[in-house]
Amino acid sequence: MSDAVTALREPWPDLDRQREGVSVGIWLFIASEVLFFGALFLGYTVYRTLYPEAFRIAGAQTDVFYGGVNLLLLLTSSVTMTFGVDASRQERRRTTLVCLGLTMLLGTAFLIFKGFEYSADIAKGLFPGAHFPLQPPQTQLFWAFYWVMTAVHAVHLAVGVGVVGVFALILWRRLLPIESPGMLGVATYWHFVDTVWIILFPLLYLVGRS
Amino acid sequence: MTNAAIADAAVGTEPASYLEAGHTLISWLTTTDHKRIAILYAISITLFFFIGGIAIAMVRLELMTPHGLFLTSDAYNRLFSLHGIIMVWFFLVPSIPATMGNFLLPLMIGAHDVAFPRLNLLSWYLYVFGAAFTVYALLSGGVDTGWTFYTPLSTNYATGYVIAAAAGVFVVGFSSIATGVNFIATIHMLRAPGLTWFRLPLFVWGMYTVSMVMVLATPVLAMSLLLVIAERAFGLPIFDAARGGDPVLFQHMFWFYSHPAVYIMILPAMGVVSEVIPCFARRAIFGYTFMVYALIAIAVIGFMVWGHHMFVAGQSPLANLVFSFLSFIVAVPSAIKVFNWTATLHRGQITFEAPMLYALGFVGLFTIGGLTGLFLASVPIDIHATDTYFVIAHFHFIMVGGTVSAYMAGLHFWWPKVTGRMYSEAWARFAAITTFLGFNATFMPQFVMGWDGMPRRYHYYPDVFQAWHVMSSVGALILAVAYVLPLIYFGWSLIYGRRAPANPWNATGLEWQTSSPPPKENFLRLPRVEVEPYAYSDTDQVSGANNRMPVRAQGETA
Repeated sequence: MSDAVTALREPWPDLDRQREGVSVGIWLFIASEVLFFGALFLGYTVYRTLYPEAFRIAGAQTDVFYGGVNLLLLLTSSVTMTFGVDASRQERRRTTLVCLGLTMLLGTAFLIFKGFEYSADIAKGLFPGAHFPLQPPQTQLFWAFYWVMTAVHAVHLAVGVGVVGVFALILWRRLLPIESPGMLGVATYWHFVDTVWIILFPLLYLVGRS
Repeated sequence: MTNAAIADAAVGTEPASYLEAGHTLISWLTTTDHKRIAILYAISITLFFFIGGIAIAMVRLELMTPHGLFLTSDAYNRLFSLHGIIMVWFFLVPSIPATMGNFLLPLMIGAHDVAFPRLNLLSWYLYVFGAAFTVYALLSGGVDTGWTFYTPLSTNYATGYVIAAAAGVFVVGFSSIATGVNFIATIHMLRAPGLTWFRLPLFVWGMYTVSMVMVLATPVLAMSLLLVIAERAFGLPIFDAARGGDPVLFQHMFWFYSHPAVYIMILPAMGVVSEVIPCFARRAIFGYTFMVYALIAIAVIGFMVWGHHMFVAGQSPLANLVFSFLSFIVAVPSAIKVFNWTATLHRGQITFEAPMLYALGFVGLFTIGGLTGLFLASVPIDIHATDTYFVIAHFHFIMVGGTVSAYMAGLHFWWPKVTGRMYSEAWARFAAITTFLGFNATFMPQFVMGWDGMPRRYHYYPDVFQAWHVMSSVGALILAVAYVLPLIYFGWSLIYGRRAPANPWNATGLEWQTSSPPPKENFLRLPRVEVEPYAYSDTDQVSGANNRMPVRAQGETA
């Protein structure tokens, strides 16, 4: 069985063209995602410009330990993902699957740490509402953005873990050949979610401490 | 592959059409054929078109008298909100791209399918999923925020099912994004040999530009609605002025999508009209390259004019000035298009088949809608006309007079290709003329009463406006008849209609080079394109004014 034949899908004339097509598609989707997060960054920027002092007070309350560990986890997961892409190009089946597994594991670890962080935040009463511990009231704006931004990112990451999992399963059961163009799409999305955290981390964890 | 151009079904036996590829419901619900997905979309949006239509019919009936007829004010608010939400997101935005775009794009560029067929099917399921939220909101009592979901009304004060309605729009947005990504990748990667960018039919350019706007604007709407949901459901103070939030920020985010959304509705319409007019005038489109540049310019500048919705929302005078200026600028490429359509007609051999009637209606109504848009782009006039029926009439001229007319034009133009049947031409012409008359009867009075100060969304109004409201409501009745008629004669044509030939209009597009309806794989042999689009006989070159055959169609053997 020729791998090239099974990887090729309708309506593509050949595998190179299909790989290029997957790349075009995923980058367009990421352009869309950038604007999705862009609206959030816009809101954050507007309010931070209006209330710098409140944002400094509120930003100092985030837990830089959890944020930092999670940054390390995600950066490492991007490394394993990149190794996976290289391995798949060289048709090294076992290495590819191990890399995808590690990537999933690191992503899941991020989500678990994020869960611990959320429960610590709630224990400190840092969810905007009637008995919010910080003053002035604009500190609640920072925390509103903290919750929305990290939650939207976490949903993206959870989707990423799921997609990597399904894709690894498909490769493992040999439903697609190991050098399938889909690998590129999955990896590009993963790196994008990682990049978002690289931007969120300083915005949420470092600004209050400068 | 041979050098010979194209497989034409006229030779030998007709290939089995895409409709023969499976007859069960499951075969339709699991299809990845772009043509079948187009049909799924067409059925869904037609359903929502009539739901949204019934809602506004009740509103128009209610407005026959100054003090109401049979609705409570709350029910009235919910009906016009429902009308807006359904018509914008569940009919107009997907209308031409998701139906005709899906069906025709691969045919026009000589591809077997769109780039990602399964993503295409997913986009329809996302549409249905979003629609389910909306139907839930509708059945449990509706929303009263208007289609704009303005804060703090939507977050603190509205009593309806805002979260469900906003979630529906949120989800359906991702269906648009999926379609947009798919179309752009298709146009970039799957054009037939020889089909260079400047040989693409303008409909394909319309799809390309609209997809760009969909991909880049829709996510911002999704985020602004997500923030409204977060504020309403969890009490997060995103736009809450009491804790420093800014409600105007919501308006910025909302209109950053929702103004380009107007271009999401009009760019495909321009594409359709650019196919229909050359065909029935038997003339190459005037100024093809400028038509392309105009589409691109509208898509790009359309992103930079959203502030003209907020002239009275507390924007700085400088911002008002800039947005006003940019709004005037966007009229330039729109005007170029109107002039070029008109110039295409000049010295053409015009016939008035139903698609042409709708297309000509489009040109006139779009022009009126566009010119009144210039009134509203001017700050002092806008301050006078803000939130009046003048605005309502203006954007209905664009969205209904423009987009829906073009949608109908396209539906009639490509109906033979899609179904393999001819409809009743006489009834279709009657419906086209009735649409035009009914439309003007509905919305012309709204310009007048709006200019005189009748505010939009009001349930009760002063007696002086009653005559205009009655005219408008009677017009709406005529329009309703004109929209029900096609359902009947199209339905009739499916059973009794004459079989359509491959190219009933002698048009030049690639889609006419395959059988009607097309085979599952679109073309039996991949076409090669060697000519520009719209190579119709030019009266300057063809003696005798009766030559209706194109000089050379795209994909035709030399």
